[in-house]
Amino acid sequence: MNIFAKLYYRLAKAAKAVQLYLVIAGPGIVVMVADNDAGGITTYAATGAKYGYNLIWFLLLLIPVAYYVQEMTVRLGVITKRGHAEAIFSGFGAFWGWFSLVDLMIVDWLTLVTEFVGMTSALEIFGIPGWLTVVSVVLLLGMIVLNGRYWTWEKIALLFCALNLVYIPGAFMVHPSVHDIVRQGLIPNFPGGFDGQLFFFLMANIGTTIAPWMLFFQQSAVVDKGLLEKDIPWGKFDTWLGSVLTIVVAVFIVVVTGTVLKGVDIDSAAQASAQLQETHKWVGTFMAIGLFDAGLLGAICISLASSWAFGEIFGWAHSLNTNIKEAPWFYASYFLTLVTAGGVVLIPGAPLVLITLFVQVIAVTLLPAALVFLILLLNDREHMGDYANTRLQNIIGGTIVILIIILSTLYGISVLFPKLFG
Amino acid sequence: MLRTFGRLAQTFRAINERYKTPRIGMSGAVRASLMTLRVYLLALVLLMLYKFVTLLG
Repeated sequence: MNIFAKLYYRLAKAAKAVQLYLVIAGPGIVVMVADNDAGGITTYAATGAKYGYNLIWFLLLLIPVAYYVQEMTVRLGVITKRGHAEAIFSGFGAFWGWFSLVDLMIVDWLTLVTEFVGMTSALEIFGIPGWLTVVSVVLLLGMIVLNGRYWTWEKIALLFCALNLVYIPGAFMVHPSVHDIVRQGLIPNFPGGFDGQLFFFLMANIGTTIAPWMLFFQQSAVVDKGLLEKDIPWGKFDTWLGSVLTIVVAVFIVVVTGTVLKGVDIDSAAQASAQLQETHKWVGTFMAIGLFDAGLLGAICISLASSWAFGEIFGWAHSLNTNIKEAPWFYASYFLTLVTAGGVVLIPGAPLVLITLFVQVIAVTLLPAALVFLILLLNDREHMGDYANTRLQNIIGGTIVILIIILSTLYGISVLFPKLFG
Repeated sequence: MLRTFGRLAQTFRAINERYKTPRIGMSGAVRASLMTLRVYLLALVLLMLYKFVTLLG
């Protein structure tokens, strides 16, 4: 009887913990899964097609990298009750604040254009015209935010996150060799030697794992959700789970293209989907659905990241818990960003490839700054108190930040000067 | 139109005033980090300008 009582107590405790987590869950998972946006899917698909399973080990290394960076935004948001843009303004003054805000606005808008490119090209595979995709997406995203509740928005976003898992059944359907995945993918190796092209792919994978908008989005989401100090451990767990999920999805995409399209040069995930459909109809269809979902999730988060940041600085009401009458400027900036970015995709002959390259270069100007500010703010013991970075956290976080800065800078330079790395 | 621009300028001035003084203590490490960031960003901007000029050329 005593054993049953103990077992019941433990089960009840575990059930309560899960219930509590489900209340807190959201910002970490949403930001991490949204990180697998249209550009990310293309990068993973191209990595698998180029190097097969050989770079899976590298993707797995990115789990702690993504976690340690994003976890800091949870603590900063909970303790300061400020989004990242406001924290920079307040912490470092107006000069660095304006620099970050304007840079964020440009990077987010350009990235949003690439999300619309991904969504329209994914649905064109099913014969849906671009204009219909853009109009439907803007209306859908409008309906999601206009319900006046953060909770509802978050749960809908989590549903789209679940759809991102569509790559997992796709990978099983192409019957990859588990032996090859383990042998080639889990043992660190540089396929064909460490040359310029491999370096470019490694940098692209890092670049797509940590994007500047993620820092701004998660910190603002944590504030809007109203997480408290006692929620920080769950917020960290949420971020950890999100980091694992995002890389798991990336690995399954690599498995799909590494199995079916190895040796094929992939320029876009839509091209990979169309090519997959020729031999594996359903896998190609899943890939296209996943690409659309990735673009949609990216669009949901990126447009919000900008609107939150503007609201914080200009002093507008900027919560998803407000309706359009209470926060007109917040929603106006949200729709303006969406409509203009979607509109660009519909302009015949718009320089979309140039925009895609430009995003990577401009992101390099914002990411290092945002990361440096993050580390400095987390060391502000006066305001962060017990939640300031410990020495170990500074060593881990600092090392990761320095590596990301070096690699993302080299990535940006390699985009500017493609022949530089051979 | 002029009134709108005037109001906008006033908003910017108010924001600049509100965040005039950095909240973070400007220790040596913070100053060094911000200076490195300035140099880094300047170098990047120069690289982009160089690329732009060579593209035009």
